[in-house]
Amino acid sequence: MIEVKDIYKTFGENEVLKGISAKFEPGKNHLIIGGSGSGKTTLLKCIVGLHEPTKGQVLFNGENFTEMSFEQRVPIRTEIGMLFQNSALFDSMTVEENIMFPLNLFTDKSRSEKLDRANFCLERVNLEGKNKLFPSELSGGMKKRVGIARAISMQPKYLFVDEPNSGLDPQTSILIDDLINEITEEYKMITVIVTHDMNSVMGIGDHILFLNQGQKWWEGSNKEIANTDNKELNDFVFASKFMRAAKAKL
Amino acid sequence: MFYSLGRYIILLRLSFKKPEKFSVYWTEVMREMVSVGIGSLGIIAIISVFIGAVATIQVAFQLSNPLVPASVAGGISRDSTILEFSPTISALVLAGRVGSSMASQIGTMRVTEQIDALEIMGVNAPGFLIAPKVIAGISMIPLLTIVSVGLGLCGGYLACVITRDISPSDFITGLQADFNPIIVTVCAVKSIVYGFLITSICCYNGFYTEGGALEVGQSATRGVVYSCVMVLFADLIVSSMLL
Repeated sequence: MIEVKDIYKTFGENEVLKGISAKFEPGKNHLIIGGSGSGKTTLLKCIVGLHEPTKGQVLFNGENFTEMSFEQRVPIRTEIGMLFQNSALFDSMTVEENIMFPLNLFTDKSRSEKLDRANFCLERVNLEGKNKLFPSELSGGMKKRVGIARAISMQPKYLFVDEPNSGLDPQTSILIDDLINEITEEYKMITVIVTHDMNSVMGIGDHILFLNQGQKWWEGSNKEIANTDNKELNDFVFASKFMRAAKAKL
Repeated sequence: MFYSLGRYIILLRLSFKKPEKFSVYWTEVMREMVSVGIGSLGIIAIISVFIGAVATIQVAFQLSNPLVPASVAGGISRDSTILEFSPTISALVLAGRVGSSMASQIGTMRVTEQIDALEIMGVNAPGFLIAPKVIAGISMIPLLTIVSVGLGLCGGYLACVITRDISPSDFITGLQADFNPIIVTVCAVKSIVYGFLITSICCYNGFYTEGGALEVGQSATRGVVYSCVMVLFADLIVSSMLL
């Protein structure tokens, strides 16, 4: 389990996170939602250690991640997979090399074993045969899928995803959501997703954290979201006519 | 300024930490050596031949005096090529070619979150990205300087053959006369120092890029400008210490 305890994060004079606490359990999709500038990505980066919180703790299975040195964090980091907003694939490497990169650094597997694992991960994201392509030769959706393949190559316990649907068409977005959902259930991972996408919220939001002005404003599941009387959350989720019509039908 | 200096030193210290896996880092070092060494050979060859030729023509012009033996021009041309033209001008050109490429490559990796991806995996990003480039710089730039010296002297000989300002035999005689080996030591020390400065300063500027494409360009420019200034400063220090 991942536990976030009373996290504060300040950049200069700007307090971005104001005392956020939450628990993330295995086998579930945890969605962090909120308007632009609400602190979603900052919270995600504090959890994975890309930002150091000004105050508060992040516990991975009870271990205080925030107080660990870079070296102490390495064993936990090898259990983390992350999909970035722009996929963050290494430009100079092929798809196959991208997926094998963490395996090369942190495992003693033979080359054929690593290749088998890379092929398995590519099959899992429906990109078999694309091994030798470079990231510049891939579409946005394919890059996301390669990013997921790289993230799961080390069989992680934790998957962090930053805006998986940004820049994708609705069909590809649903495909990526379904893939993340399947993988989460298959590997019993703790998956934390930062998103703006209401299809994701309603589709795969087992546990939703709504942030507003750096604070946790609401917490619940996608089943509860339609019945909440939280004004800010309603304004955010049901901002479009389509979503309001969908709510009225529920 | 002290903040930047401190951050530069900390980054270098992080860059030379024990690697996670030596074989992966070694592959990166080889890749960078090819990029720096083989990739820069063409431009170094061209500038060296021309600089050697121009240096010889100008020295010959300045020493066109019946009281000065013509072969002296060969000696002066040799010393200035080995001591100054080959190491320093090559370094300035390499700061533009190699340094800007390194700064923009690392800067792009920063703004596209590739460096974050490395850190999330538990990889020491400065070690993986910067150490191989610095090692490639301090090993390949001295080798390029040796090539530059050789081609610079060939350029000087060609200038003699073509212009006949001094005869080729006088030039060869001058090259062989009064050779002091210390100039080779100075040349080697300079090129190693320059290799380190160019790669580390440009990598530092790339690593701390913030923003987008515009800032990547600014980082690359800043890296080249700072490394050129530091090359000239190091030139002064090394020359005054060793000569």
